[in-house]
Amino acid sequence: MKSANSFSPEQLAIMDAIIARYPRSRSAIMPLLHYVQSISGYVTPEGIEAISAKLNIETAEVTAVSTFYTQYKSEPVGEYHVGVCINTLCAVMGGDAIYEAAKEHAGIGKDEVTSDGKVSLERIECNAACDYAPVVMVNWEFYDNQTPQSVRDLIDGARNGNPPAPTRGPKSLRTWKENSEVLAGLSDGLAGEGVQAGDPSLLGLKIARGNS
Amino acid sequence: MTPEALTEVEMITVVIDGFEVTVPKGTLVIRAAEKLGIQIPRFCDHPLLSPAGACRQCLVDIEINGRAFPKPQASCTIPVENGMIVKTQLTSPVAEKAQKGIMELLLINHPLDCPVCDKGGECPLQNQAMSTGRSESRYEGVKRTFEKPVAISSQVLLDRERCVLCARCTRFSDQIAGDAFITLNERGALQQVGIYEKDPFESYFSGNTVQICPVGALTGASYRFRSRPFDLVSAPSACEHCASGCSLRTDIRRGKTLRRLAGEDAAVNEEWNCDKGRWAFKYISSKERIATPLVRGEDGELHDASWPEALAAAAAGLKGKRAGVLVGGRATVEDAYGYSKFARVALGTNDIDFRARAHSDEERDFLASVVTGLSTTYADIDKADQVVLLGFEPEDESPIVFLRLFKQVRKRGLPITTVATIASRGTKKLKAKFVPVVAGGESAAISAIADLTEKSVILIGERLGETHGALSSALALANKYNAKLAWIPRRSGERGSLEAGAIGNLLPGGRPVTDAAARVDVAAAWGATALPSEIGRSTSEMLSAANGGELDALVIAGVDPLDISASALTDLLNTFVVSLEIAHSAVTAVADVVLPVAAVTEKSGTFFDWEARPRSFEKAIEEAGTRSDVRILSMLADELGAPINLPSVAATAREITALGKWDGAKPSFTSVSGATSPAVNGDQAVLSSWRLLLDLGTLQSHEPNLAGTSRKASAHISADRAAALSVTDGDLVKISTERGSVVLPVVVDEIADAALWIPRNSEGSQAIATLGNVGGVVVSVVKA
Amino acid sequence: MTQLTPVLSAHWDEKDSFTIEGYKRHGGYDAVGKALEMEPDAVIQLIKDSGLRGRGGAGFPTGMKWGFIPQGDNKEHYLVVNADESEPGTCKDMPLLMANPHVLVEGIIIASYAIRANYAFIYIRGEVAHVVRRLQQAIADAYAAGHLGKNIHGKGFDLELVLHVGAGAYICGEETALLDSLEGFRGQPRLRPPFPAIAGLYARPTVVNNVESIASVPSIVNNGAEWFSAMGTEKSKGFTLYSLSGHVANPGQFEAPLGITLRQLLELAGGIRPGHQLKFWTPGGSSTPMFTAEHLDVALDYEGVSAAGSMLGTKALQIFDETTCVLRAVLRWTEFYKHESCGKCTPCREGTWWLVQILRDLEAGKGTEADLDKLLDVVDNIAGRSFCALADGAASPIISSLKYFRGEYMQHLNNGGCPFDPIASTKFEAAGSR
Repeated sequence: MKSANSFSPEQLAIMDAIIARYPRSRSAIMPLLHYVQSISGYVTPEGIEAISAKLNIETAEVTAVSTFYTQYKSEPVGEYHVGVCINTLCAVMGGDAIYEAAKEHAGIGKDEVTSDGKVSLERIECNAACDYAPVVMVNWEFYDNQTPQSVRDLIDGARNGNPPAPTRGPKSLRTWKENSEVLAGLSDGLAGEGVQAGDPSLLGLKIARGNS
Repeated sequence: MTPEALTEVEMITVVIDGFEVTVPKGTLVIRAAEKLGIQIPRFCDHPLLSPAGACRQCLVDIEINGRAFPKPQASCTIPVENGMIVKTQLTSPVAEKAQKGIMELLLINHPLDCPVCDKGGECPLQNQAMSTGRSESRYEGVKRTFEKPVAISSQVLLDRERCVLCARCTRFSDQIAGDAFITLNERGALQQVGIYEKDPFESYFSGNTVQICPVGALTGASYRFRSRPFDLVSAPSACEHCASGCSLRTDIRRGKTLRRLAGEDAAVNEEWNCDKGRWAFKYISSKERIATPLVRGEDGELHDASWPEALAAAAAGLKGKRAGVLVGGRATVEDAYGYSKFARVALGTNDIDFRARAHSDEERDFLASVVTGLSTTYADIDKADQVVLLGFEPEDESPIVFLRLFKQVRKRGLPITTVATIASRGTKKLKAKFVPVVAGGESAAISAIADLTEKSVILIGERLGETHGALSSALALANKYNAKLAWIPRRSGERGSLEAGAIGNLLPGGRPVTDAAARVDVAAAWGATALPSEIGRSTSEMLSAANGGELDALVIAGVDPLDISASALTDLLNTFVVSLEIAHSAVTAVADVVLPVAAVTEKSGTFFDWEARPRSFEKAIEEAGTRSDVRILSMLADELGAPINLPSVAATAREITALGKWDGAKPSFTSVSGATSPAVNGDQAVLSSWRLLLDLGTLQSHEPNLAGTSRKASAHISADRAAALSVTDGDLVKISTERGSVVLPVVVDEIADAALWIPRNSEGSQAIATLGNVGGVVVSVVKA
Repeated sequence: MTQLTPVLSAHWDEKDSFTIEGYKRHGGYDAVGKALEMEPDAVIQLIKDSGLRGRGGAGFPTGMKWGFIPQGDNKEHYLVVNADESEPGTCKDMPLLMANPHVLVEGIIIASYAIRANYAFIYIRGEVAHVVRRLQQAIADAYAAGHLGKNIHGKGFDLELVLHVGAGAYICGEETALLDSLEGFRGQPRLRPPFPAIAGLYARPTVVNNVESIASVPSIVNNGAEWFSAMGTEKSKGFTLYSLSGHVANPGQFEAPLGITLRQLLELAGGIRPGHQLKFWTPGGSSTPMFTAEHLDVALDYEGVSAAGSMLGTKALQIFDETTCVLRAVLRWTEFYKHESCGKCTPCREGTWWLVQILRDLEAGKGTEADLDKLLDVVDNIAGRSFCALADGAASPIISSLKYFRGEYMQHLNNGGCPFDPIASTKFEAAGSR
């Protein structure tokens, strides 16, 4: 067990608030790891030690959890973390080609970051948007019905500081750290932005209305 | 569960491979099969760990009342039920294929490096691959590789390629030791055992994971590449380090101990031991061992001597002289009996004491009046409604007692209270109620404890005797509630030495020296005309008598003077010293005659653990040619013309048994009124200390891998004191007495403002040597 | 002629469908009021009577699950909603929560009341930031409106609802792994028994339900058990979300009574994409054995799909046409299972590692027909041998593809490689990979 000294009193207070959500403190480990990522971009040793201290568990126990889940990164990722779905359906519908295009265009491989720190690339599994295939997630925002060219544009935008908006998400794309804060359970007030549903989600409803 | 409930466990009859077996309800299928002699292969299963069902090697077919499970079940996770029919690999082709399939999968990523693996020859994977595996692998793919091996502590190495992810090690560390320093990390095919990189696997119990690893993934640094199992001869043995009483297995190759393992004893250590017991044995084969008798010549130097020469020299120095005996705390019962008889018969004195440490007359009376009659055991801990720890840090001072307490805390939330200066890591793991005291204030704190019952257990550590009146208060507490009491010394020989009468107020079997009938009893058995009737001197009294010229000679065995006091060694300078020792030491350096004795592996004997449970062991190494103390004492007594007639350990044991225990009245205990903590001013503090399990103890020498996992010394002070000194965690403070000082990093802790705690005998923190005391004294504390 | 029955999705086409105002406009939170007037046991009975079965894949009767919670045991009870939607092909809960998170919140209040839970959790997968936002807001608004917290609707019922965001682990969709994850451990499945109903979260009686199951509860409370059970088939009652994806002209969500067929759904969705034919499809995600065109008329309810040799699962209908290499599809799914295997048990951890290597060789045309038998034998040593169902899921695409497309495997071996052009199966086939 270590100390949480690397974090500011404000940050420690937020950690305490996260812990207070749960009947038992250890349950807070996942949001705390998201929160550490919102501060540092990845799970730092300081973060592991602070969580160990806050939850009164061993650092090894924190490591065991942080390395189990793919969203927790042991190395820094880009400000815009691009995940191309390469699970079967998206891959077949074009995800494989999109991934190759992204790789070539960004000049990076799997789990690598561009030298400017702007973009990193990951092969992701099914993200529950198969009716919008091929799907790309950036900082865990939906980019639906992608093509190789749309992803090239996306990468260019990200590197220029002007990424396109998600298909179903906030009006403008937030950074990796900002979105990690959302995953830690802290509101950014953007729930009201973006569409309530994309067309495929409404397809059955529209047909039903048309027929009724 | 109440004892009554334990006796009423429902019995269940199941059929396994056509044979009926009746076992208690709750028994797992895999163990019911064992009762029939049916061995179901397994890796993750371990009877003392919670079932995991992870390796899937033990799959069997099961049906209950005619309803079959649709697929094979892990027999290590399923309890027996009435009407259950089990078919193992012996009678079910499905189970047999399932097991073969699992074995094949376990091996696809295994390096098959058995020829260079320490586990080869005693490896469950190797053995079960022979019984359950295919002769040829069908795997043509790429094997998973890892860097190998990685040191996860200075004493444990991890080879992830060999690991079958059974999680025995991680479950042990979490469930049994309470040290979740190793965990399963990553996931899927990349799952691997690991540590947090900055925090090594420094658990006092880490060696058990090496022992229960079913493959060669975890190996001990000190044994790695040293031997093959088939070159080893194993001897059952007993641990000489502490009073926990662990049963051990000692593995010998050509006269040398290569490793020690925990032995099995369900009533004592179950299947575990601590790392000190496992790895601290290099002292036995150290270069400092004494090979021949030594006699100090006129040149002032020690010279090799023959046994007759040395015995003659020793006898010459003792004959007709006023002599005393210091036994040390590590004698076997037989050896202690030898010293006891030697003192009375050959030296004609009751000046004998086994307490080579801080001690008091109150303690001596307590030992004679109370401890000799105690019968508290590990089973009482299992059944206790609460446990109180007084002057006792189980994890450091009797680690198997700690494991037992932790087991009950984990299993049923056993409430524990500890009276101590700081809440140790062990205290936190036990979730104990911490009653902070300043040294000297123990009596008041003990007297304030309430609401015990006759099912409560009070565990008293030997350190409680360091505060006047504290043992009296503890006894009063036990008597008030009729609670069970136990006295847990730190060393393996103390309880046996007490029973053997190696103390000034007792003869063997708990017979009071002051009781004429008791003396007559013993004198008759010994063929002596009379035995001395005065209570003998204590260790410290003997030392000052030696210094003051009131004693002419001392026979000293296994004593480090710095365990007693800062002045103990100088007290010896003007007296004739006969040293019975295994290795060169501070005492042999000033001794006039040195008689080498056998180390624990070289002799047979018996330790009494804290329960007074005999822990007998046979000689593990035949070739050593050394002799147990009692044999040498017998020769020396012959030389003195006052034979004690104890030619062998076996003969001694017979005599002890024949003499039996005293059934007469015990001396009554006179209560001592409680001390209070000394007053301190601002930059002063009252010192407290205890020995960490792993420290600079003599028997831990020559084992750097073990020493590498010891806890680092630091000075524990309160937040207020830290603020006053303007220090925080890690800053250095200087702690001084008139005698000297130590400089240690600070840990700001939950501790009384007036108190200060340091380890007693750790690197950089040797309380007696530097400060001249171990506790209860006022020291000055300043920022360094 | 429509077979569609939009209930959960009824108002998704309103721009503010996800807000509390949008939800209340159509009677949102009325069901809470109604339920709180009932005895908790009566709510359980209502759900039992409705015939609602778990929509997460296993199809266990929801009311019966609630009924397993011991009552009067003086222990805390918990409701945990499984929103870890990760089964490949499954894409119903995320759009539901994006468009109407309040229906889940309302269902949670009712379910918690029924099982006497005062603490509930939504375990949502972490890779959906905007869905997380919508749920966060919905929960905050529900608290503000007095639907959550102390003394809900003044009826003396207290409920705390916590949104717990996962971090990328398919296995956490398995209910006991989810509970371990929620307790702050690695998401690895637990031994059963004890079952969650007896010792679930924090070893307390716990109900774990899928999003869609709980979201269906308010409509049942509002409209009655008979209304619900009038839909669907004999043993598979009610409506559900069918998700069509892949090579269809119009992929999307279709809320219909249980028992509809793929043929009917394809008609609604405009059929297979123009110029192509159905080759294979999954009825309920990649873990359910694949079907072919011969199964177009299988009733998509629990019994119908099961009788045809697969499982209804999550009703994730992934449609693949003749341009798709079945080996490529199966290999990719197998890689998924390998990636998502938790590592706890040998057959899944080592088996998926091996299967990927065998399938990579086969797809590359390396090997002989004997390797197909070896593949099946290895699968036989994995399926039904593992700790949880993940490895069974991994076996499904392999076994079923070999059943229907053994010839295509042989074609790869005879060709010495894959005969398919991957670009031909993409959505942008005309443009190619530019």
